[in-house]
Amino acid sequence: MSIKESKKNILELEDVVVKFVGDSGDGMQLTGSLFSDSAALAGNDLATFPDFPAEIRAPQNTVAGVSGFQVHLGQRKIYTSGDMCDVLVVMNPASLRSNIKWAKKDATIIVDESAFEGKAIEKAGYTTNPLDDGSLVGYNLIKAPISLLTKESLSGLAIEKKMAEKTKNMFVLGIMYFLFHREPDRTISFLKKKFKAKPEVIEANIIALKAGFNYAETIEAMVSTIKVGAAPMEKGRYRSIKGNIATAWGLLAASERSGRPLFLGSYPITPATEILMELAKHKSLGAKVMQAEDEIAGICSAIGASFAGSLAVTTTSGPGLSLKSEALGLAVITELPLVVVNVQRAGPSTGMPTKSEQSDLMQALFGRNGEAPLLVIAASSPANCFHYAYMAAKLSLEHMTPVILLTDGNMAFGSELFKIPKVADLPSIKPPLAKENDPDFKPYRRDQVTLARQWAIPGSEGLRHRIGGLEKTNIDGNVSTDPLNHELMVNIREDKVMRIANYIPEQKVYGEESGNLLVVGWGGTEGMLKSAVGHMQEKGYKISLALFNYIMPLPVNAADVFSRFKKIVVCELNKGQFVKYLRMTHPEFKYQQYNKVQGLPFHVSELTQVFTNLLEEI
Amino acid sequence: MLDKSIEKSPIQLSKEDFASDQMVKWCPGCGGHAILAAVENVFPRIGYKKENFTIVSGIGCSSRFPYYVDTFGFHGIHGRAAAIGSGVKIANPGQSVWIATGDGDSMAIGGNHFIHIIRRNIDVNILLFNNQIYGLTKGQYSPTTPMGQVTKTSPQGTIEHPFVTAGLVMGAQGTFFARIPDNNLKLMTDVLYEAAKHDGTSVVEILENCVIFNDKAHAFYTSKENRDEHQLILKHGEPMVFGKNKEMGIMLKETRLLAVKIGEGGVTEKDILVHDQYNPDPGIHRMVGRMTGPDYPVVFGVIRSAKSFTYDDKVEEQIDYAKQNSKIQTVDDLLNSGETWEI
Ligand SMILES: Cc1ncc(C[n+]2csc(CCOP(=O)(O)OP(=O)(O)O)c2C)c(N)n1
Ligand code: SF4
Ligand SMILES: [Mg+2]
Repeated sequence: MSIKESKKNILELEDVVVKFVGDSGDGMQLTGSLFSDSAALAGNDLATFPDFPAEIRAPQNTVAGVSGFQVHLGQRKIYTSGDMCDVLVVMNPASLRSNIKWAKKDATIIVDESAFEGKAIEKAGYTTNPLDDGSLVGYNLIKAPISLLTKESLSGLAIEKKMAEKTKNMFVLGIMYFLFHREPDRTISFLKKKFKAKPEVIEANIIALKAGFNYAETIEAMVSTIKVGAAPMEKGRYRSIKGNIATAWGLLAASERSGRPLFLGSYPITPATEILMELAKHKSLGAKVMQAEDEIAGICSAIGASFAGSLAVTTTSGPGLSLKSEALGLAVITELPLVVVNVQRAGPSTGMPTKSEQSDLMQALFGRNGEAPLLVIAASSPANCFHYAYMAAKLSLEHMTPVILLTDGNMAFGSELFKIPKVADLPSIKPPLAKENDPDFKPYRRDQVTLARQWAIPGSEGLRHRIGGLEKTNIDGNVSTDPLNHELMVNIREDKVMRIANYIPEQKVYGEESGNLLVVGWGGTEGMLKSAVGHMQEKGYKISLALFNYIMPLPVNAADVFSRFKKIVVCELNKGQFVKYLRMTHPEFKYQQYNKVQGLPFHVSELTQVFTNLLEEI
Repeated sequence: MLDKSIEKSPIQLSKEDFASDQMVKWCPGCGGHAILAAVENVFPRIGYKKENFTIVSGIGCSSRFPYYVDTFGFHGIHGRAAAIGSGVKIANPGQSVWIATGDGDSMAIGGNHFIHIIRRNIDVNILLFNNQIYGLTKGQYSPTTPMGQVTKTSPQGTIEHPFVTAGLVMGAQGTFFARIPDNNLKLMTDVLYEAAKHDGTSVVEILENCVIFNDKAHAFYTSKENRDEHQLILKHGEPMVFGKNKEMGIMLKETRLLAVKIGEGGVTEKDILVHDQYNPDPGIHRMVGRMTGPDYPVVFGVIRSAKSFTYDDKVEEQIDYAKQNSKIQTVDDLLNSGETWEI
């Protein structure tokens, strides 16, 4: 929270990280997203991240049941949901206990004082009340009897006690709106829409919201309020979007633009399930969605649908990708388009399902029997999941190859602002469909430039053919064990994928095109790396970032980019999978690596430390 | 009923029209040849255009089937034919989808997909080549190999209870189940036609002879010498009788089936069960489907053909409904739905 100027009682800030924490039942997700919407409406750029408990219904007031929502907003470009928070809103002792470590030393902490009573304090594992025992000295602690005041404000209404308690999140939101100079109008109209059928609920929520606002205005505890100005953003229509939703929508856009109906075969798995649920909603766009009996059926039904002419998709996370390996090989050898979305989580095995990691890269690149290359693309932010899902579908359809799109749990659940595109402005998608009754049709006849075979859809006259998992002769597509034909086909399949490098953008460098240190990353670490590198660039270091989204094949200019820096450090949330891949594909360079495998994102502070050390050694 | 939405061929096709240019590589005497002949007989009779048939298979001797028929074909991976076929049918309901699979393919490695395609009642026809052995991998026991049989992986005899396919299919809520021997071309062709007419997943278990690794496995019921005595060919609306002179019949006594001689012990023709293949209750279908020797004959023909909606029809129905009733008609509508704002 860098302070620009301080006049009277208003702090004007470049950016602020706010975290709402409370018990699962306290409505923190809704409160957080309404607060974020108000920030977006006021022109801030922002990124959010929810912090759900792993248990579905953990006991009340325990640490296991804490639910959080973090938002990072600013009047500049915001890349991540932030490391440590400037404002922590705390609804019960357990949430204070589990989140105090994420608050900056001088953070403002707003607590519901009335929730800090005997049993709840004990359940959180405290022996004394942390609000009184001096443990929070140094923080800007604002104690407000939120539950109590909410109940009082609603005393004139004939509503149940339980419901009165439930509206305390609106009271808190009111406090926050005052603190951040936000208008509550939009929230009020949202509440009216959401509870249309329950006028008494609308009334109670609005009263609580206003009561919170007025309370904040009158108490003296609020030493100063916070102002975050509008960020410079491109003109246009915006919305906020989560990574999983953006992925689903990118696929729907590709289906519409290519004219190929969407088929999804998928089995639920955290953190990918939401894509399946989202696509199931959009039957009006022609999406056919089958919840399969397992991941193998998910991908196999998708392969069948692809053979039958659909934009076929299967979505999963690491363990599910393992189950799909054999079928991926089938898609490789039958040279059918197929989009496999892998929302990575911490492994191996079930690992830490709700925590994010980048450790499925090797599996995506090489996890199949035989020589089975395919296209691998990684999205790198919640909003750009739309673009990369779209591009994954486009390249898969046009080049007749399966693609694995890697996202991760952080991206999947995180959200950020998304400039709404027009589908007509997206790049065209033209799959190589075979023409009916083409006398020259052969299943494995290829385009000379892309090497893609033609897609002959069942039902098309004169295009009957048989393909499958057995090796086929080139062009004719008859079963063959001829040694030279096999080698030819292996080489063609690889060459076909490598040629896609000519259809993807060149690798961009964030910062100067040459310098002392090139930070290399891929996928979901983009925001963290950009923040750290940007920070150091401002301080005058000769440091740049190359963040890869196209992994297999790599952009054609990758070596050129690497050659212009004295040092290269590859940063990943795994043991070093991309760096191994680079050592293999571009062995002429020396790579250092920085890795973290804790199910946590990189923190900007740790990265700047690493980069500074590396630069000092030069 | 045959599917009216699938386009018919404008000309009468013949058996020869469906033969592909590939050499059939099954062993001489393999039951596969007869099954292929039956399919080539029945496709012209069904009358759809050649382009409107897709044959999908898994892995095994039986799964080579698609290469031999001149339609669209997809040779998949071991056990997954039902899943692949589901995708083909759902994505492209204008196709008549046929799945060729083995006893190992569908009831061992692919057991999960097999029961779920049946449960969903996707409108496909499954040709289940049951030779009670793993043919392609040269003679290991399968989930249908009789208990105690010596095979390459059971030198002292198997110690596993085999599946009775009929029981598995009906346990999975199958709407259509038929059994045919590979040496009765007419019955095979007729039953395959019935399977094609059924709306939903039709499972046709074909007792196939593997001359190399499990010769005469079904001979007790299917050989010329034994056939009359041990085969009961079901016909809808007709009594369940068998024997050289149809002197034997099946009756229900209390909760059990009995194979009885008509005229003996006071049994009259009236006591004999009459086959009702359309009965929604699978009770009797299950009981007769599980009958086996030496005390009972084995039933052939269509055992069950119950009416129910299909998954693929429901998919289309829901899409039509959504298209007519949703505010979201294009992806642009979707992108602009909900909370948005101008900057
Ligand atoms: C994943 C996998 N596991 C094992 C095999 C080896 N395999 C091929 S066919 C087969 C059994 C085939 O038996 P069945 O399905 O009864 O077909 P049949 O050859 O008897 O017609 C096996 C075990 C394989 N191809 N793939
Ligand atoms: S091994 Fe058996 S099943 Fe396979 S082709 Fe030969 S006879 Fe037929
Ligand atoms: Mg077999």
